[in-house]
Amino acid sequence: MAGAWETVIGLETHVQLRTVSKMFCGCSAAFGAPPNTNVCPVCLGLPGALPMPNEQALKLAVRAALGLGCTVHSRSVFARKNYFYPDLPKGYQISQFEQPLATAGSLSYLSPDRGIATTTIQRLHVEEDAGKSLHDRFPKQTAIDLNRCGVPLIEIVTGPDFRSPHEARAYLLTLKQVLEYAGISDCDMEKGSLRVDANVSVRRAGEATLGTKTEVKNINSFAYVEKALTVERDRQIAVLDAGGTVAQQTMLYDSKTNNVRPQRSKEESHDYRYFPDPDLPPLVLTEEFIAEQQTLLPELPAKKRERFVEKYALNVTDAAVLTADRNVADYYEAVVHAGADAKIAANWVMTEVLADAKDHGDGLRVPPGALANLIGLVRGGTVSHQAAKRVFAEVAERGGEPRNVAEALGVMQVADTGVLAGWVSEVLAAHPTEVARFKNGEAKLVQFLLGQVMKASRGKADPKLAQRVLEEKLTS
Amino acid sequence: MSDPSDALASAKAAADRIVKLKRLNACLTPIKELRKSLVVQASTAHPSGVLYGMPVAVKDNICTLEFTTSCGSKILEGYRSPYEATAVAKLKAAGALIAGKTNCDEFGMGSSTEHSAYGRSFHPFDKTRVPGGSSGGSAALVAAGAVPAALGSETGGSVRQPASLCGVVGIKPTYGRVSRYGLVAFGSSLDQIGVLGRSVHDAARVLSVISGRDPRDSTCEERDSLRLPNVPESLQGFVIGVPKEYFPQDLDPAVRRACDRAIRLLRELGAAVREVSLPHTAYAIATYYIIAPAEASSNLARYDGARYGPRFNGSEDVRALYRTTRGEGFGPEVRRRVLIGTYVLSSGYYDAYYRKAQQMRALMAQDFRNVFDRGVDLLFTATTPTPAFKAGEKLNDPVAMYLSDIFTVTANLAGLPAISLPIGRIKGLPIGGQLIGQAFLEDEMLEAAYALERAVPAAEEA
Repeated sequence: MAGAWETVIGLETHVQLRTVSKMFCGCSAAFGAPPNTNVCPVCLGLPGALPMPNEQALKLAVRAALGLGCTVHSRSVFARKNYFYPDLPKGYQISQFEQPLATAGSLSYLSPDRGIATTTIQRLHVEEDAGKSLHDRFPKQTAIDLNRCGVPLIEIVTGPDFRSPHEARAYLLTLKQVLEYAGISDCDMEKGSLRVDANVSVRRAGEATLGTKTEVKNINSFAYVEKALTVERDRQIAVLDAGGTVAQQTMLYDSKTNNVRPQRSKEESHDYRYFPDPDLPPLVLTEEFIAEQQTLLPELPAKKRERFVEKYALNVTDAAVLTADRNVADYYEAVVHAGADAKIAANWVMTEVLADAKDHGDGLRVPPGALANLIGLVRGGTVSHQAAKRVFAEVAERGGEPRNVAEALGVMQVADTGVLAGWVSEVLAAHPTEVARFKNGEAKLVQFLLGQVMKASRGKADPKLAQRVLEEKLTS
Repeated sequence: MSDPSDALASAKAAADRIVKLKRLNACLTPIKELRKSLVVQASTAHPSGVLYGMPVAVKDNICTLEFTTSCGSKILEGYRSPYEATAVAKLKAAGALIAGKTNCDEFGMGSSTEHSAYGRSFHPFDKTRVPGGSSGGSAALVAAGAVPAALGSETGGSVRQPASLCGVVGIKPTYGRVSRYGLVAFGSSLDQIGVLGRSVHDAARVLSVISGRDPRDSTCEERDSLRLPNVPESLQGFVIGVPKEYFPQDLDPAVRRACDRAIRLLRELGAAVREVSLPHTAYAIATYYIIAPAEASSNLARYDGARYGPRFNGSEDVRALYRTTRGEGFGPEVRRRVLIGTYVLSSGYYDAYYRKAQQMRALMAQDFRNVFDRGVDLLFTATTPTPAFKAGEKLNDPVAMYLSDIFTVTANLAGLPAISLPIGRIKGLPIGGQLIGQAFLEDEMLEAAYALERAVPAAEEA
């Protein structure tokens, strides 16, 4: 039945900017301070206090906009979004409405359904965060923490461009990548530095007009993005299949029950009465300012991926893995620059390095030069691939030069033909039957005999050289 | 005055005068607290400051560390600001003494100081009349001689109108000349701190001290503080425009006589006087009463009882807390304006009211530029259409009350500097004349005001 319906999703993402201080005052924007300690007359909205824009926040917002291919407007306007809520001390949020900072961008991402897809970024605007209402601290009372109040945010609004919940998730991961790359935000959904609201509707496949949408809120983790959107999509389809109509409303996702419920109408503000904030003159950005932010923007993941494919002859999938995180990409390039073969280095980074990082808080513990040296040792036959993994683990754990570590571990391969010949003679003497069968034409027995040589050497024999010595002896 | 004992004497004398004028209900600060604070301030004041030892009263909607800042409202009863307004900090840095907080219409919304939660202030010469407003307490104290100058604030004429009614000087500087940081917001795009003084000089030197850039207010211009001009010998070279829209047929004949006399004196001082036109003047009050309430409805949203100020019963849920706190904490005029403001910003009405009002505001500002571009330096008008009116006379007729600002709101809408100074008496009551200047050219405006002040027989019947 689901095949008859097409899902349409658009996302509104709020991202906290990585600044030291808040959007309109000098208070610390740090997460996790004791409640109501990072506050001042401005962010508390005390009578008579006035906002002053944070230039660093504006720089990051412009960089984000440029990174998402938006047109950054030389003139934008701060507006007040009016609503009453205890964690909003001024009774309005300073945001942007009619004239946002940036519009008309796009972001390409790898859709699990359609390959490379592009979503439009309709607008990107700057605003301040609200405080937090804590409902579980005191029984039957709500506590307010205003530390978060005034932390700089950007809101990024896509078009209704996603056709499935997992496509929406793929976009979100790409967006996160871009913002992390450019140092704009740490994009930590659990800490609330990235928050997503989704507009969801369904329509009959092939239909041009959009169905009635609902807004899904309270999606607090990447893990829930797909679940929440799927639940809402399925709910809408069930309603329509039963002959009903979808009501335009806000749905709250509950991750505990994996369900959505309509927001109580009381919790909804119908009219925000936006108007230009008279406390803040229009935000005028010079061309030089915008151009400077462009130069401060690093190479972004999509560009880097393309370059990796071209420069290092990697396939797209590997390049995507290596460029997913800017630190990993930089690390990979450092390994290659230190002399390692690009393809082999890619395999090492994607397996050993990422696995180690995953177990150790994303730390890249083996210096790139050391990994390049280790790859060199394998290539030169000094260490087997298997042994090299042990060396890697040891270097990661205790440091040191791979060659010294390999020696200390006793895993340097023996490439001395004299020593190898001794092991080969030993093996041939111990297995006369197999030698005879080989001579009678059972060529594959050479592998068995080589295995015995490796065993006799306790793994230290250079396998390629050992095979050559073995074959010479067998045929002589 | 740089001898500390002089400052102390000045402080004590000011306190004594304010006690004697208790009948005016102009000062909201309890007298014991005022006395104690003035003595402390006098002993710590900067002796090198240009206002050393000068007592300056401050309107109750400007934040001070010294006294409560209640904005004439029950909703901020007992509220002590943890910081002080930039203008107040500058006054103190110049050695001035903060001589109490003055009564005002609640949050600056009113023209008679009758809309104060702490009772009305009285006109210093006639207790049956109002001192004007909203800075009525400041005007009354200056007029009665308690202090040489006081801070007031303007959104639509709240300094000049009471100055006119009380017979003192009132200056509204260019929007952006004085920091608004610490001025409790009413209509942010219109609000400016202004000064009331016994003379042009007293008001001007206080203005000079409080003016100048402030990194805490992004609407405050990046300019040095205002430099005071000398008193000119003549007004030779000045071109003064008289906008005909400000002299309608039905203008009070006595007010017209006072203006005619002032205009004649300006001519005699050497100024060229010509009639000019500001064609959009008729829309000023309507425009003002959309923009100011719209901004007020948002600015006053923060008074919800959640964080400071009294909290009125209604603990069942947060909506009830808002409802009762705001319902009981705000007076009727504030509630009226919050409702008007909320209405004009509503999504279905925004274009019809707020957007249109902003367009009209731009046209009015253009009217002024057109006149100034044609060589006019200053405009002269009456400050108010009448002298001080009776208490209660307009209380139940908001539109009549609003019309007492008819000659003053335009300078706020256009962001221009303006000064009111006494130009005569009408049946014993003072009436003010107004000079409107070009943006940031307060010095020219003050020069003309000095000359007119010297020439005009302000104490004589017009």
